[in-house]
Amino acid sequence: MAEKRLMYGNHAIVEGVLAAGCRFFAGYPITPQNEIPEYMSIRMNEVGGVFIQTESEIAAINMLFGAAAAGKRAMTSSSSPGISLMQEGISYIAGADIPVLVVNVIRGGPGLGNIAPAQSDYYQATRGGGHGDYFTITLAPNSAQELFEFPKLAFELAEKYRNPALILADGLLGQMMEPVEFSYDPVDPTTLPEPSYALSGCQGRDRRVVRSYDLKPGKLEEWNWRRHAKYQHIMEKEQRAQAADCDDAELVIVAYGTSARVSSAAARMAREKGYKVGLLRPITLWPFPKNALAELSNKVEYFLVVEMNLGQMVEDVKLATECKNKIHFHGRPGGGVPTPHEIYEKIETILGGSS
Amino acid sequence: MTKEIIIAGFGGQGIVSSGIILGYAGMLENKNVTFFPSYGAEMRGGTANCSVVISSEPVASPIVAYPDILIIMNEPSLARFEPMLKPGGIFFYNKTLIKSHPKRDDITVLAIEANAIAEELGQGRIANMVMLGALVKKTDILKLETLKKAQRERFVKASSEQLSLNDKALERGSELY
Repeated sequence: MAEKRLMYGNHAIVEGVLAAGCRFFAGYPITPQNEIPEYMSIRMNEVGGVFIQTESEIAAINMLFGAAAAGKRAMTSSSSPGISLMQEGISYIAGADIPVLVVNVIRGGPGLGNIAPAQSDYYQATRGGGHGDYFTITLAPNSAQELFEFPKLAFELAEKYRNPALILADGLLGQMMEPVEFSYDPVDPTTLPEPSYALSGCQGRDRRVVRSYDLKPGKLEEWNWRRHAKYQHIMEKEQRAQAADCDDAELVIVAYGTSARVSSAAARMAREKGYKVGLLRPITLWPFPKNALAELSNKVEYFLVVEMNLGQMVEDVKLATECKNKIHFHGRPGGGVPTPHEIYEKIETILGGSS
Repeated sequence: MTKEIIIAGFGGQGIVSSGIILGYAGMLENKNVTFFPSYGAEMRGGTANCSVVISSEPVASPIVAYPDILIIMNEPSLARFEPMLKPGGIFFYNKTLIKSHPKRDDITVLAIEANAIAEELGQGRIANMVMLGALVKKTDILKLETLKKAQRERFVKASSEQLSLNDKALERGSELY
């Protein structure tokens, strides 16, 4: 077993990104993710990569577009308002079928909001986010360990499908310290093959074009249908979720990231009181783990969706279960973080008398 | 076994540092740990606090709502955090800087002359180490030796004199119990 290090979640992301062989970062500061660019500026220099503090988030995402179109692993990070500013660029990148990694350490919104942890960007992350028909592969870590491990997974999925990938964290995951094990050998970026689309200088070969537009009638429709087939394939193949104590459960909590951690404590409290409660934690938010939920919907009477927002993923749960079950929601918007006790009380209210 | 701890005081009193040392020491003893600071508009002289969870189980929530243990380093934090402590919890406070006394009678209150002891050792800012020494001795959550190792491994830029002084402060704190 590798040595454990006590690390901030934000620093774990940086180590994960570098261990994934990424050598290009462009970004603009915003709380609660400032430790990413701060630490990245030191570490990227040490590994001989490119670190740019840009003049804006718009500049950052477009630099990412350039670096990734040149065939390199490239990433940025920001928090909610900054991610909103990047949406135009993410849409262009999705339209050009280019893989990049964007990390959103979510804070309370809307607007400038606050700097507290939140999950209010779920819709934005899982519905594309910018203009046009597209999706971004979206991973939801719930520990510093996963913040270290998911950048590599995100790059691999992004490249496999030539699609932008997002990691959705939140202020709590970013600001918290936890032991992290460097669980895999770092990727040597020089061993990564040049992708087929890379704009790497066309001397001696045919030129390549990376773009998100084509004005010829029917062409864009054709591209979008092709992309649709890709999305269908991703939805079929890449769903990820973690189930705990769901086999005999009467009630299954559905929660991701920080909410899932807090919910696991509530589920433990409920089990101690004799309530049969399980937890399903979506790891990919897009593609949403529909299959796991569909299966559970045949066995479980109640679902309780816990989110740090006004109720966004709960709609995907209703779709995946085809509204067969009694679906409850517990939400804390605007930077509120639920406590295990309040989730437990909700469970007790739902199951009260039935055990 | 799960112990949830909140450390609170002024920015500059080493609140975050002591939380990290505690979390790191927990990791060295192969326990599950989380450390979560108040963050954002913090500044020297403003208030600061952090939550540390040390557990034999995976830690669910790094935010501590009802701590088992409070370490209170300044006056404003006493009033703010006292109501949150679990019944039967342990309340360590820095008697040198805090003139009022906790009001509850369902908790164990331990008044520690943290700053006075630190000044005696020659440096007021190691009051946090005095507190940690007292904490581990009184509660047995971690070994004193692990805390000493932790501070040496975390304060990588500190002089050897400073590290020895930190050790002394930890020892003096532990000798109180």
